[in-house]
Amino acid sequence: MYQYYAKWIREGKLKVNSDWNKDLKVKFTVQDPCQIVRKSYGDVVADDLRYVVKSVVGEENFIDMTPNKSNNYCCGGGGGALQSGYKKQRLQYGMVKDKQIKATKADYCIAACHNCHSQIHELSKYYGGNYSVVHLWTLLCLSLGILGENERAYLGDDLKKVAVYGA
Amino acid sequence: MAEQAIKLGGKRKSIFIDKVKKLLPEGGNLNLCLTCGACSSGCPATGLENMDPRKFLRMAALGLDEELTSTPWIWMCTMCYRCVYACPMKIDIPALVYAARASWPREKRPKGLVGSCDMALRNMSRSAMGTPPEDFAFVVGDVLEEYREAQPEFKEMKAPIDKKGAHFFLNQNSREPVTEPDEMVPLWKILHLVGADWTYGSKGWAAENYCMFLADDDSWKKIIETSIDAAKELGCKVFLNTE
Repeated sequence: MYQYYAKWIREGKLKVNSDWNKDLKVKFTVQDPCQIVRKSYGDVVADDLRYVVKSVVGEENFIDMTPNKSNNYCCGGGGGALQSGYKKQRLQYGMVKDKQIKATKADYCIAACHNCHSQIHELSKYYGGNYSVVHLWTLLCLSLGILGENERAYLGDDLKKVAVYGA
Repeated sequence: MAEQAIKLGGKRKSIFIDKVKKLLPEGGNLNLCLTCGACSSGCPATGLENMDPRKFLRMAALGLDEELTSTPWIWMCTMCYRCVYACPMKIDIPALVYAARASWPREKRPKGLVGSCDMALRNMSRSAMGTPPEDFAFVVGDVLEEYREAQPEFKEMKAPIDKKGAHFFLNQNSREPVTEPDEMVPLWKILHLVGADWTYGSKGWAAENYCMFLADDDSWKKIIETSIDAAKELGCKVFLNTE
């Protein structure tokens, strides 16, 4: 999916821009999903992911985690962990990820993988990080000015009323 | 230096590691461990259940099969492959973990995984939440109608199911249609804007596959085959995994 997002932006089919965030300066970091990056397509797709993210939030508002791309840590939501019943251990596993995200001081973690999204959302609450966790499609539509008010379940209060389509 | 070589007595009792080696290209390099610990030092599951990847592999090498195939740690490791990425010898420890999962009697494996896998086997959606194809079609149609009416720029937007000859076969995580249908819309909008020719399948639309995590190979295959067959039957060119 990321490769297509990147392709469509490069081809001018998705006319995204980051003007909405020029003054707001909301900071974003991104989770590299293990399955897509390390286990499948490698750093090439991680670079596409960053190209998309920077295009929609602004380069100066993107902060990478350390380590990242193929060397990134798993969030702890993969491998069936969300359903395997060992919740305490799963949250302990996720402590590494939570610390990584907090170190970026980002307001949002973009998780364009369903497992990561669920796990990191829970980590933010459990460890009190209070960062929001969003799908990439949400931010793409926000930057295109086509995100309606009912499509903002994962945006924090700071972005609930920004560039609302139809408002 | 020792004067004489030490001879190890008896037959090697290990069978588990040998079985796994036979399954993997180059035997998964399972006998190449340098014991450096790069795997464990970068593994978020290190320390859970008093286990870590290096220890797990060393135990396999020593033939401690019973301990290997009984520790619940194998369900806490996410098989993320960071240990393989960090390993100078590229040892496939996650494959060993997977094999250990598969060695558990199915009914003893985590209930949540068994349940999610069994749900997916119930109907052709292959959804871990058990949502049948007609319910999925109803939700998609309902949400689409609502947005086409409310947002004029998108009155031509489509969310086809079983569209023959569509370029993209898109799958969908069950969570959206079941619990937060509005979250399906942003991706539809993106696909609409770029003029993508896409379709969902009434068969195999669900993106998740808990049978894989359960290490139930036959069911895993059944689930993925449903999706692939649906995409082929419709004549789609690209299988597009959702976010």
